[in-house]
Amino acid sequence: MVGPGPGGGAAPLENANPLIYRRSGERPVTAREEDDELPDSIDDREIFDLIRSINDPEHPLTLEELNVVEQVRVKVNDAESTVAVEFTPTIPHCSMATLIGLSIKVKLIRSLPERFKVDVHITPGTHASEHAVNKQLADKERVAAALENSHLLEVVNQCLSARS
Amino acid sequence: MAAAGAGVGAGAGALASFVQDFVAGQQDARAAEVAAGVKDGSWTVLQLVEALGSCLENTDPRTRGRGIQLLSQVLLQCYSLLQEKEVLHLVLFYENRLQDHHLVIPSVLQGLRALSMCEVLAPGLAVSVLKAIFQEVHVQSLLQLDRHTVYSIITNFMGTREEELKSLGADFTFGFIQVMDGEKDPRNLLVAFQIVRDLIVKNYALGPFVEELFEVTSCYFPIDFTPPPNDPHGIQREDLILSLRAVLASTPQFAEFLLPLLIEKMDSDLQSAKLDSLQTLAACCAIYGQKELQEFLPSLWSSLRREVFQTASEKVEAECLAALHALSACLSRSVLSSDTEDLLDSFLSSVLQDCRHHLCEPDMKLVWPSAKLLQAAAGASLRTCHRITRSVVPLLLEQYTKHPQSSQRRTILEMLLGFLELQQKWGHVEEDESALLSLRAPVCSVVFSAMTDPSVQLQLVGIRVLTVLGSLQGFLSPPDLELVVDHLLRLILHEEDSQSSEAAMEAAGSLAPIYPQIFSGRMVPRLGEELQSEREEEGSRAPRSLQQRCLQALAAVSTRTSIVRETIPVLLQHLRRVQKGSEAGNAQDVVSVCQSLHRVALQCQQDAESCWYYHQTVVPCLLAMAVQAAMQESTHPLQGKALLEEEALAAMVPVISAASTHLSPELAAQSVSHVVPLFLDGEVSFLPQNSFPCSFQPFEGGERLEAQRRLVALLMAFVCSLPRNVVIPQQERLLRELLALSCSCNCPFTATTAAKCFAGLVNKHPAGQQLDEILQLAVNRMEPGLAEGPHRTQALTLLLWVTKALVLRYHPLSSRLTDKLLGLLGDAELGPVAADGFSLLMADSPDVLHKGCHADVRIMFRQRFFTDNVPKLVQGFHGAGPDVKANYLKGLSHVLNHLPKPVLVTELPTLLSLLLEALSCSDRVVQLSTLSCLQPLLLEAPQIMSLHVDTLVTKFLSLASSPTMAVRIAALRCAHALTSLPTTVLLPYKARVIRALAKPLDDKKRLVRKEAVAARGEWFLLGSPGR
Repeated sequence: MVGPGPGGGAAPLENANPLIYRRSGERPVTAREEDDELPDSIDDREIFDLIRSINDPEHPLTLEELNVVEQVRVKVNDAESTVAVEFTPTIPHCSMATLIGLSIKVKLIRSLPERFKVDVHITPGTHASEHAVNKQLADKERVAAALENSHLLEVVNQCLSARS
Repeated sequence: MAAAGAGVGAGAGALASFVQDFVAGQQDARAAEVAAGVKDGSWTVLQLVEALGSCLENTDPRTRGRGIQLLSQVLLQCYSLLQEKEVLHLVLFYENRLQDHHLVIPSVLQGLRALSMCEVLAPGLAVSVLKAIFQEVHVQSLLQLDRHTVYSIITNFMGTREEELKSLGADFTFGFIQVMDGEKDPRNLLVAFQIVRDLIVKNYALGPFVEELFEVTSCYFPIDFTPPPNDPHGIQREDLILSLRAVLASTPQFAEFLLPLLIEKMDSDLQSAKLDSLQTLAACCAIYGQKELQEFLPSLWSSLRREVFQTASEKVEAECLAALHALSACLSRSVLSSDTEDLLDSFLSSVLQDCRHHLCEPDMKLVWPSAKLLQAAAGASLRTCHRITRSVVPLLLEQYTKHPQSSQRRTILEMLLGFLELQQKWGHVEEDESALLSLRAPVCSVVFSAMTDPSVQLQLVGIRVLTVLGSLQGFLSPPDLELVVDHLLRLILHEEDSQSSEAAMEAAGSLAPIYPQIFSGRMVPRLGEELQSEREEEGSRAPRSLQQRCLQALAAVSTRTSIVRETIPVLLQHLRRVQKGSEAGNAQDVVSVCQSLHRVALQCQQDAESCWYYHQTVVPCLLAMAVQAAMQESTHPLQGKALLEEEALAAMVPVISAASTHLSPELAAQSVSHVVPLFLDGEVSFLPQNSFPCSFQPFEGGERLEAQRRLVALLMAFVCSLPRNVVIPQQERLLRELLALSCSCNCPFTATTAAKCFAGLVNKHPAGQQLDEILQLAVNRMEPGLAEGPHRTQALTLLLWVTKALVLRYHPLSSRLTDKLLGLLGDAELGPVAADGFSLLMADSPDVLHKGCHADVRIMFRQRFFTDNVPKLVQGFHGAGPDVKANYLKGLSHVLNHLPKPVLVTELPTLLSLLLEALSCSDRVVQLSTLSCLQPLLLEAPQIMSLHVDTLVTKFLSLASSPTMAVRIAALRCAHALTSLPTTVLLPYKARVIRALAKPLDDKKRLVRKEAVAARGEWFLLGSPGR
């Protein structure tokens, strides 16, 4: 499903000096959230908080710091149980695009209630093989098959591990 | 004569039979008996040698070996008894034996080791022994223990015969190189490395063997050793790393061989090799000079740069920066001769050349690594600092103006901050030389522009830069300072974002002690005006928050006596105005003023003059205001007085307390002689404005005096904070009054305060008859009160506080009172309050009975309380009825929650079953405190917890659906912490936990969902590749 492995050790980085963005702080806890009775619906920021700290497979940076994910490109509808996330590869030929998409998708599947339908795709017009990548990410069977591959699973898990 | 001869004869007979037993009979224990005989004079070593005679000449090497073994073992115990002549003969004998059969050699070496410890070894023998060993023994074909013996012999000689060994010249070094060449055992390597280090450090001649010596040690670099499981020797990888590093970094003579090796290993794929190389490089820089480094600087720099630019590991980055720092420091230190090039200059040039341009791209990834490299180099010495700031600071100033976006400006300013902080490290700015001083105008204009920028983040960095500039002596000119104060005032008063205004206050607080005049002259009056004026045009814009900020700022700048003398009158004046006001919410205003006063009090504590000024100004004033309010209340009860509300009084307590803890004993005595009579006898003469309509009698009965009684809180704040050696006048009378008040007062606030005041005094009361009497009195009042009547709760409160006072000082009566408390856990009415009381006993109390107010607190009181009372709690739990069981669990969990974690971990096995039972308890408080108790244990004692994994999983999952949000959160945190148990233990539960955690992902509360996501994510990673 994905071409080359992660750019570890010897292989030169595809984009050695990328633009970096500031991390948003922890979401402040409101008095409402501390009230036992009132329900809090799942909103865009909550979904963004789930994916912003995913590690980039190439850089020691998060997807948020590389601006691969942004809060404005996250859409959630709690009532209808749908989530749509657009992500933007750092360069149009980024070979990691599928892997990044897969990490986002896996993170959301693991973190959201089952009722949600999760749609992850590339921000239109930002990647050379946008269509092919989107198709792979939308195909349930191919996603499941990718996670059977222990090498791929390892890379995805590394992206999802809390940074030490 | 005959008898003596017979004795000797008998001795000789015994010796001969011992020898026979040892050699032929293989009885090893005989060696000790033979040695004992030598020690007590039954026979001599010479006689032993004679007795051994035939075996030493036996043709069977085993028998010869056995004989020599006996001799060596005896010598090892008796070497200090030998005569010089005996040693000489023994040495010659042993040297000769080195040529013997290989079975004999181990024993020969043991003998030589014994002889190497002899003080009477004649000159020349050490050299001859070593020569013989070097010549006759192939050390690396011996067993580990025997090789170790050889190292010990060498170490012993090096310790005592340094001069002799040095006479051997480089031959000794060469001999040793051959001895250790090929050594593999970590135990021996530690000794061998130590020998090499001594060779170098003690200046033994290395001659032409420098490279060989380097080869024979550097072949172990980087150390790759993992101690076997259950290793009895306890040698860690780190021990080997450090001792090898001590060798490699011990001499500049190794530099030409070592530096290429380090450069090569920095490129290694193994992170440990990288780290070791970098740390070794830094260690070498401590002794190297320009000469050693010159040739390798370009490669070293390019390796360091590559690592910092590319690494994902903070550790590697930190070590690279440390190594660069060490390199620059080393080059700065070297003394230049007139004809050599200044390497520092060219080195820094290449650093600047490679990093400087990245600083112009504040959005790009390499901007921070570059800044960090430059700062690491700049931090090495005054010279590097000048060189780099001269080049970088103007560039950053220029970039700041070039980049208009505030996020970019923030990055640039943060870098500038880093460079300025380095400047701070080198102290004041030197007028003639400082490049920085010439940049004063542009630096100030950049900082002021940041402070006026709409972006809060940029403002914050601007404020930090300003603080650093202010601390550089002589940098800011007086007109600059006026501008600084104006900018800070603007941010403090008018900036909407509270983060910025708080940062500005903090900056004012750190600059005020450096420039007291400008702050007391320019800032304090403006704040005072603002406080006053704003009350007149009320309603225009959130006046309370502005008022609040003025108060905080006044407190922040009160850092010097001269400023405090200006700010205190302003604060007190404001308090009087607030008290006179009639609007609702006044109590909140009183609290705000008190918070500021408290902060000032803390800042005054260290300075005796400020402290006394503060005490004699603030304490009487607060007392006077409170007394006046209380009297008006007594005469016109309908007029609500803000100052008398519990909230306001509680806020005044820390002010008075902080103003009293640091008084000198004399001044404290002076003050106490006024305050105590005020409360006992209504003696008001020392208060300012002391014309009161009626008398002050807080301890008298009567409904109308309720308000006066509340002021016991202020008495408590004062008397409980005094140093222990201050004598309190009429203390017995005071204690009786407090006791009576605490047991009989209907107002819980007053009763509790009186109990606390009583406890605070009892805790500091010197032991003796008087104390026993007053305690007996207290017990007599409490017991009937607890049994029945309208004041049971008050009696329990008193019991709790007195128990706490006595537990803290290990008073013998404390156990009786604690037992009383334990008994009350079974009481249907008081049980729950008594259970919560355990938290009061164990926690630090904020106002009385803590170290800060000079209470008698023994450091181990919690552990002691735990050991004494937990068994009783457990026993009580098992014996209790079902309706009160929860009280015992609650009490227990309070005790456990306050126990230091290391103690808890060791006590855990006995209590775990009870804690697990507590998880099933339906009381929310018990569940919560049990979960918060278990969570750190899961992280710290995973092995013990593993035994109960089944119960833990079940309970945590069921509590994750508790109706209480806090319990759900705590249960999910525990489920998360479970993942630190060994993976093999958890895997059978993985599927079940992941399935169960799907439910809280849809919890109605966001905070619960957050914990569920974290826990579930971690469980997914268990046993999965890439974790």
